Amino acid sequence: MFTLTSPIVRFNHVSYAYESKHALQDINLDIPTGAFLGLVGPNGGGKTTLIKLLLGLLKPQQGSIELFGEKIENFKKWNKIGFVSQKANSFNRGFPATVREVVSTGLTANVGYFRFFTKQHKQKVEHAVDLVGMKEYLDTNIGSLSGGQQQRIFIARSLVSDPSLLILDEPTVGIDTENVKKFYDLLHQLNEENNISLLLVSHDIGTMTKHANGIACLNKQLHFHGDTEAFARLSDNQLSNFYGHPLQVVTHQHEH
Amino acid sequence: MLNLFFTYDFLQNTFYTGLLIGLIGPLLGTFVVVRRLSLIADALSHVTLGGIAFGLFLEKKYGVLFLSPFYAGMGFSVVGSIFIERLRSVYKAYQELAIPIILSGGVGLSVIFISLADGFNTDLYGYLFGSVTAVSRNDLWSIVVITIIVLTVLFLFYKELFMLSFDEEHAVVSGIHSKRIHFIFIVLTALVISASIRIVGVLLVSALMTLPVAASIRIAKGFKQTIFFSVIFGELSVIIGLLTGYYFEIPPGGTIVLTSIIILILTIFSKKLWNYFTRKTVIQ
Repeated sequence: MFTLTSPIVRFNHVSYAYESKHALQDINLDIPTGAFLGLVGPNGGGKTTLIKLLLGLLKPQQGSIELFGEKIENFKKWNKIGFVSQKANSFNRGFPATVREVVSTGLTANVGYFRFFTKQHKQKVEHAVDLVGMKEYLDTNIGSLSGGQQQRIFIARSLVSDPSLLILDEPTVGIDTENVKKFYDLLHQLNEENNISLLLVSHDIGTMTKHANGIACLNKQLHFHGDTEAFARLSDNQLSNFYGHPLQVVTHQHEH
Repeated sequence: MLNLFFTYDFLQNTFYTGLLIGLIGPLLGTFVVVRRLSLIADALSHVTLGGIAFGLFLEKKYGVLFLSPFYAGMGFSVVGSIFIERLRSVYKAYQELAIPIILSGGVGLSVIFISLADGFNTDLYGYLFGSVTAVSRNDLWSIVVITIIVLTVLFLFYKELFMLSFDEEHAVVSGIHSKRIHFIFIVLTALVISASIRIVGVLLVSALMTLPVAASIRIAKGFKQTIFFSVIFGELSVIIGLLTGYYFEIPPGGTIVLTSIIILILTIFSKKLWNYFTRKTVIQ
């Protein structure tokens, strides 16, 4: 997939190590506008480290990162990047907060200290909740929703600041099969109708090949980055090499 | 009965103080409870006791009044809150460990200063269980100032505090200064505790911050409503507790806490009843 605009994310020879242990080695990765990129790889392969670098929580020890054409050191428009953490689902379920209140927290940092939510902010919250199809639950306590519904609310929370890139870390863990399907429908809608680029981290290669239009396979190094069809043509043997251990993958035919 | 409280000056002081702590106790208490820090209120109240004992000791030994037990208690409480934060970052994996350390430290200090001041006296009894008669006009003014500080800071930092309480990781990723906000929060808690001790007493002050919230969480929808009901329940407990405490000559700490427990039980019970009946209509 080629686009004329510069990529929204660019990793340029990035390496990172925790103490003496290499987590990422010489990563070169471009994410173009409009991507629906699946990031796969074994546990400990550096997926989380890559996300943390992208979010500016870690600084690369070698190489450089650009976001939306700007060096990450100078990048200020963090509201353009939404992040749904893997841990988002492990919140205190007894917490007395309505969907409206939870989604509002997605704007807290944008609004800034000593400023207050305005009517426009409130409309944005309602719009984001509407976008994920949960409008009738605006004033429901978040704890009384199902896991799949809560996941949608957390996506609404990151959508509320109008991001151009949405990063989701293992978003379907603990969600039943039927809701996983609905969840991917929502992602396709956001990607295609709302022009939001997606970076999806998952260990579930099968589902990923079915939905994403690009795959990046990460195990300390970037072993593969290309479109899903090319990834599906890889032999099990090649995949096992990436993973460092034998692997059997059921790849789905791309639906689009 | 109520008019008695407006006839005598000292009862007036108590009544107004009661209304103020009935507001700020449950208000801040809502944040304390949802962050699962209920026990920190207990730890801080015992540190405050250490400060009060220190103040009483100074008074008795040297007759000095530059540091009244009230202010000594407040000082100890704020310092204790800073210690708790330090300990929590030292023992990241055992965050609750800070509570027994600070709590026992507070009691240890109290024992030492109490015995140095030649043992128990009636003043100390009032500090332990609360008192209807102990609030001076000066205390009242200090508590008015504390109330204004607490309300202003909560108003200014409400959205950040709420975000931090709901999902700390998300707050940090978004660039909220979680450590600074948390620090402000814990110092506010220390202030509220030292303000409440005159009336509810050291041993029961955490109850005023947690029991109304425990009742409110059962029935409220959302966070703002939880705060709202907590404050209503807190004020009810303080007013009923103060009146009955005065009437039966019981320290108000006991009657206030018992009132909040009754409210708590009624809330749980009525919620069950409500669920029972609403479910029944669904079946029909």
